[in-house]
Amino acid sequence: MIVTTTKGDMDDSLLEKREGSLDNDNETTTWVEYWLDGELVHRSAHVTLKKMPAFAGAETASF
Amino acid sequence: MANTQSMCTSFMGQLLNGGHQFGTITLVSRTSLTAPTADTFKAALYLASATLNASTTAYSATGEVTGTNYTAGGVTVTNATAPTATNSSATAGVAYWTPSASFVYTTVTLATAFDTVLLYNSTQNNTAVSVHTFGSQTITAGTFTLTMPSNTTTTALLRLATT
Repeated sequence: MIVTTTKGDMDDSLLEKREGSLDNDNETTTWVEYWLDGELVHRSAHVTLKKMPAFAGAETASF
Repeated sequence: MANTQSMCTSFMGQLLNGGHQFGTITLVSRTSLTAPTADTFKAALYLASATLNASTTAYSATGEVTGTNYTAGGVTVTNATAPTATNSSATAGVAYWTPSASFVYTTVTLATAFDTVLLYNSTQNNTAVSVHTFGSQTITAGTFTLTMPSNTTTTALLRLATT
């Protein structure tokens, strides 16, 4: 697979891949990094918002 | 300095005055709006060091991310689904709306940590709608995708409800 990097497009077989994720009440997030000789050359992230938190003022307002 | 996720107070006031139009609705006694169109909304990213919150009234480049392939002002929001309003009881209801596609910033490099997206109305003088925060990120020659929550009464991106 070809990966866009700071060095130009590279085949992922030449790179070290690192992945991570985060999951909490607000979001589910994943990210992928590609490293070349200890240098970060690509990082993408995908954040999925779960909901607007309850502080959305009008939601709890009384009329 | 920190961003605080919130619905902008000015936006709520503007809603009461008809200052925003996410969908299409036929209005009475507004001749020029009898063939209405939706406003254009945009989504801009802000640094973790910025101070966006409920007091934010409009888009500003101050504190906005900068970097390769990122255009100041952010991306245009896809708005294919009109707002929905529904009653949950005789005295309570909820109106809600969610963008119909993810916000995608393609092949960008954003080297300084960011944690906030501002939704704003670019048709109506860039007036602020809402501030949403997430875990701090940087992007290197990659794509940042912000996927919307489900468009329901309890999870939609924007919800106005009476109790």
